[in-house]
Amino acid sequence: MGVSQFQEETSSVSVALAKVNKVGRFRLLGWTFALTGMGLVSLGLASLLVAVVLLISVWVGVPLTLWTLTWVHDFANWHRTCFARLVGVEIPRPYLPVPERGRLGRLRAANRDPANWRDAAWLLVNGTVGKTLPMFSFCLFLGGVFYLLLPAIWPLAPGVFNGNWGLFTMHDQATSFLAMPFGAAGLVLWWWLTPALVRADAWLARWLLAPTERSKLAGRVEHLTASRADTVDAQAAELRRVERDLHDGAQARLVGVGMSLGMADEMLETNPAEARRLLGEARDATGAALAELRDLVRGIHPPVLADRGLDAAVQALVLAVPIPVALSVDLPPEGLPPPVESAAYFAVAEVLANLVKHSEAGTGWIRIEYRDGSLSMVVGDNGKGCADPERGTGLRGIERRLGAFDGTLEVSSPPGGPTVVVMEVPCEPSSLKTSPS
Amino acid sequence: MRAVIAEDLALLRDGLTRLLAAHDFEVVAAVEDGPSVLPALIKHRPDVAVLDVRLPPTFTNEGLLAAIEARRQLPGLPILVLSQYVEPLYARELLSDRTGGIGYLLKDRVMNVGQFTDALHRVAAGGTVMDPEVVSQLLTKRSSDEPLGRLTAREREVLALVAEGRSNAAVAGRLVVSEKAVSKHIANIFLKLDLAPSDDDNRRVMAVLAYLNS
Repeated sequence: MGVSQFQEETSSVSVALAKVNKVGRFRLLGWTFALTGMGLVSLGLASLLVAVVLLISVWVGVPLTLWTLTWVHDFANWHRTCFARLVGVEIPRPYLPVPERGRLGRLRAANRDPANWRDAAWLLVNGTVGKTLPMFSFCLFLGGVFYLLLPAIWPLAPGVFNGNWGLFTMHDQATSFLAMPFGAAGLVLWWWLTPALVRADAWLARWLLAPTERSKLAGRVEHLTASRADTVDAQAAELRRVERDLHDGAQARLVGVGMSLGMADEMLETNPAEARRLLGEARDATGAALAELRDLVRGIHPPVLADRGLDAAVQALVLAVPIPVALSVDLPPEGLPPPVESAAYFAVAEVLANLVKHSEAGTGWIRIEYRDGSLSMVVGDNGKGCADPERGTGLRGIERRLGAFDGTLEVSSPPGGPTVVVMEVPCEPSSLKTSPS
Repeated sequence: MRAVIAEDLALLRDGLTRLLAAHDFEVVAAVEDGPSVLPALIKHRPDVAVLDVRLPPTFTNEGLLAAIEARRQLPGLPILVLSQYVEPLYARELLSDRTGGIGYLLKDRVMNVGQFTDALHRVAAGGTVMDPEVVSQLLTKRSSDEPLGRLTAREREVLALVAEGRSNAAVAGRLVVSEKAVSKHIANIFLKLDLAPSDDDNRRVMAVLAYLNS
């Protein structure tokens, strides 16, 4: 049951993707018109940009340049989404995060970000070469329609269209019918060429608007810095928790055991009954200390995970949940790197705990599989939905844990359910370890 | 009674050896790693074996696997598995051969010497001893599921105690009812779990297994 639900999820995604490429010719017609117009706006923005940059020398250009740049970004972003939606050409946004400090700082950062220079270059290219592509499609349509309707238009303005048209000569309404095949040919060409023309425009835009290797790396460094800071913080917090648990729990109990034993030793001859009671106390305290240590170990690295790996550990989790959970696991036989397995285990455990606590679900399902260098974990239920990843620290914690491995977490939980949590972690199978561990 | 011990920590191995010796067990072998467990069990065929789950060389679940393999070769060989933690998944694997004479306890239970030797005797006699922790972890589970859903609350209580390896008399003492009432509950449990009348001990194992599989 869980499997089919998952397939429905993925198939709806591919349906959505298929729709992207099925924007009708007549909708494209409108867009080619708009894109041609935007070519003019491009030139306007380019001139504006040059003007405000020149004004930087008299200071007033500094805020003006920053404003203009935000317009340029919005304008370029509009094209990015537009091309993704019209012809499925995805163009990621390349801009580096803007620092908070002062106008001059932001201006300097803008100067350093190659994306701004490439945007400016694109404004020029889009205003000249780029504009011709949608315009050509647009003119093919208009021309086609005009030629096709020429015999009907001719009587409205007799004589106006007479003369040599290059391919044919027109004297009266009868000869105006000669234009119709050319009109039809124009429309066929339009029908046939338009998607290719828009796609060519999109490729031209992608050439300049997509992030360069360098800006991709810069963005990656940014992301890694943030996720490393998160990981270090989380680890420090985890160590503090372990320290506190040991200090207040097992350590304190062992002190108690030592005291009880010492007192029992003193009383062994004078008060054997009391000594016996103290020995019993010491034994009980040892048991409690062991129980606490067991819980602590379970929280750090669950023994089943260490013994048997992710598959069995998740089975054990499912076994302890009060509702039936369908489990399907497909992992490489050599296993995954232990740090990934651990993060994956705790992620599934947390999601499962949330499911039991909040979803009011009657059944759940888990699907874990490794494919194409990525471990995916999907947990779903038939509960009431409305799970909010922003609320509560649990899902945030998972995101942080998975983030350390470039993993992601996505929650789909419409009101009324069902809730589906999708977690992905890119990794190599254990035999090809990427990190020394 | 002849016993084999497998435990990697010397302190615990010696402690267990001494403890067993003091309670009329003869420790015929005390091994310290996974690979030597099976040969020792096959060579000595002890009346009871005490195995630690986690043993060298991999320190994962060698003891558990050795116990399962030994009982595959010598069906019904009484084995008590000790561990720092208990896992219902492992309990189910230990019970899956349905022959009884198996125990699964936390190492902590060794501290209560009387109960520990008692458990050893029950395992040696073909009984089933599950740690109360296994049982309590399972008690939190669903109650509406088939076939355990057919049991009354009292019958589930009785089954939990049977899973811990208690005799009818001990169950009666725990629940403050007569032994006769307990036998009646147990008969009802067997009936509701569709366990055909056979050797009583075996049915008890099957009932516990049904419990663990719930």
